[in-house]
Amino acid sequence: MTATPNTVDELIDRGYEHGFITDIESDTFPPGLNEDVIRALSAKKNEPEWMLEWRLKAYRHWLTLEQPSWAHLNYPPIDYQSISYYSAPKKAGDGPQSLDEVDPELIDTYNKLGIPLEEQMALAGVAVDAVFDSVSVATTFREKLSEAGVIFCSMSEAVQDYPELVRQYLGSVVPHTDNFFACMNAAVFSDGTFVYIPKGVRCPMELSTYFRINEANTGQFERTLVVAEEASYVSYLEGCTAPMRDENQLHAAVVELVAMDDAKIKYSTVQNWYPGNAEGKGGIYNFVTKRGDCRGERSHISWTQVETGSAITWKYPSCILRGDDSTGEFYSVAVARGRQQADTGTKMIHLGRNTKSTIVSKGISAGHGQNAYRGLVRMTPKAENARNHTQCDSLLIGDTSGAHTYPYIEVRNPTAKMEHEATTSKISEDQLFYCRQRGLTEEDAVSMIVNGFCKEVFNELPMEFAVEAQKLLNVTLEGAVG
Amino acid sequence: MLSIKNLHVSIEDKPILNGLNLEIGTGEVHAIMGPNGSGKSTLSYVLSGREGYEVTEGQILYEGEDLLELETEERAHKGIFLAMQYPVELPGVNNMVFLKESLNAIRRARGEEELDSVKFMQLVKEKAKMVKLDEKLLKRSVNAGFSGGEKKRNEILQMALLEPKLALLDETDSGLDIDALRIVAEGVNALRSPERSVVLVTHYQRLLDYIQPDHVHVLSEGRIVRSGGKELAHELEEKGYSWLKEGAAA
Repeated sequence: MTATPNTVDELIDRGYEHGFITDIESDTFPPGLNEDVIRALSAKKNEPEWMLEWRLKAYRHWLTLEQPSWAHLNYPPIDYQSISYYSAPKKAGDGPQSLDEVDPELIDTYNKLGIPLEEQMALAGVAVDAVFDSVSVATTFREKLSEAGVIFCSMSEAVQDYPELVRQYLGSVVPHTDNFFACMNAAVFSDGTFVYIPKGVRCPMELSTYFRINEANTGQFERTLVVAEEASYVSYLEGCTAPMRDENQLHAAVVELVAMDDAKIKYSTVQNWYPGNAEGKGGIYNFVTKRGDCRGERSHISWTQVETGSAITWKYPSCILRGDDSTGEFYSVAVARGRQQADTGTKMIHLGRNTKSTIVSKGISAGHGQNAYRGLVRMTPKAENARNHTQCDSLLIGDTSGAHTYPYIEVRNPTAKMEHEATTSKISEDQLFYCRQRGLTEEDAVSMIVNGFCKEVFNELPMEFAVEAQKLLNVTLEGAVG
Repeated sequence: MLSIKNLHVSIEDKPILNGLNLEIGTGEVHAIMGPNGSGKSTLSYVLSGREGYEVTEGQILYEGEDLLELETEERAHKGIFLAMQYPVELPGVNNMVFLKESLNAIRRARGEEELDSVKFMQLVKEKAKMVKLDEKLLKRSVNAGFSGGEKKRNEILQMALLEPKLALLDETDSGLDIDALRIVAEGVNALRSPERSVVLVTHYQRLLDYIQPDHVHVLSEGRIVRSGGKELAHELEEKGYSWLKEGAAA
């Protein structure tokens, strides 16, 4: 699950020689999913036997599953046999030859976001000869990380270079039996990211997919695994604030986080994929399974997400609070406008003693958007003194949008404390008049009120990300009123 | 400065103002008094450009320009300010940010340079002192959880900051105790200037003990039935509005 523009990574990737890249450059599998496809995929990636077996096991299980239908989402059935499960990265020459050939609306959005021209060209897939500065950035970046002993590479590389680590942790948080989409991902995942922080290491920089090299074509079925050993710390950012017209309709990603004793993982996402047009045609179906395992004592996992894109979002970044005194956090802003539908939230599973969780969810609905918060807080019998605080706020813009809240609360320990606060508000005509009377345009007024509404969540994002998220929200909600 | 001729206004086809005439000169302070339902607030809203008020007849000229052609925010850019009877709460929007955005939006529209954070901060602190607004309120969300008096003072602070040419104060005295009323009135008095016109819309005479108007008008059933000097307010205080109605009928 990343909005990292594949084409940028492709450009960044140039000048690096990684074995399998040249092999796969020119081909795409015909549509369809069966064991042969999985074997071919695994062979393309030169995977060891155990990896293939892992995929096949998942595939066989997937055949027994049905697509879930409990979410507050409405979409036509997906034909899984009409999807191609392997597509090589496009060669730069296949794209548009200049920005003139790119959808002007897209260029307009880039300009509003203040994306430099070179980068715009790369994002839109224009063939550029200029070598990105990011190549050198990425190189120095890697050197610095390896000095600290941090492993940060693609999942494909990790399977080759760190098979023991991958075998130990892959699927240990989200097993292939977890759900329909996670199972499918296990069978056909194309690539993803692997992060390993050794004991006692504080990762010297924010890890961002943006700077990661060798990342081409990981969008559709991405698999990410982050392991933080004892007393380590890492902050991982995924996504890009630039809108990407991805051709893939279906995205089914899996993210697994493992935090050992005293480790902390902070995972931030800004997702801005194509939401479809005004009539609801096109757009990404985003079915993601994200889960963190606070395996160690006093471990801490924090999810922050800003979800503004995709036609359908089905996503519940969760924490299993296994270690005593561990902490889980979930901060979310989800926007549904136009015909977008979002069903998102979290699960906090309290297993250990004195475990704590915080949920702050801000849902914004505009146009015909439908936004649902779905969250589970479970306090198991052994979770002595577990605590949760949930705050769930919905903001409605206009009168054709919808906000829905589905909190599931299961408390099986009498010492547990659980608080749930929920509000629903609407940007009122009074508020807009007040702002306009003070000289602000209606759109400035809306963005000011919306940003105020989201502040608590934006505060959790790394600084430069927060600024971009704010800009992004303004672009997203432009024209949302009236 | 402002010339209102034969103004007729309806809300959802219900006539509220019925042929109102009013001339306001530069630097003048006018009080508009009247019983509940006489159309006082409607006048403030029509002048400031609130939606839902339909002008069926008449015209309003503001500095020689057709006011009704202008959008709400354009009127603000051109110097019209409405201090509201019930200032609106904007939860989550920092008061300081709101004031800065507002001031800079107006400065931009006028082709003036925007104020940077340092200059703005100095200015806002100076003005807050003037209206005796606790600086802590600047750091909170706009009007959210403010007391009635704090909200009104926040309105006067905005007025002091935006330096309008035409300030409309809609029932600014309502809900204020005598101390708060005095502070608000002092703020308004400090902003009196030969370049600034003020319209005080009020039900009671007591605000006029603190702010001396040049002209007093009495609004009844959607038109001005009497105009005079400040002595008219005292007369009203003594005799009540019913006296006026009889007088108008006679």
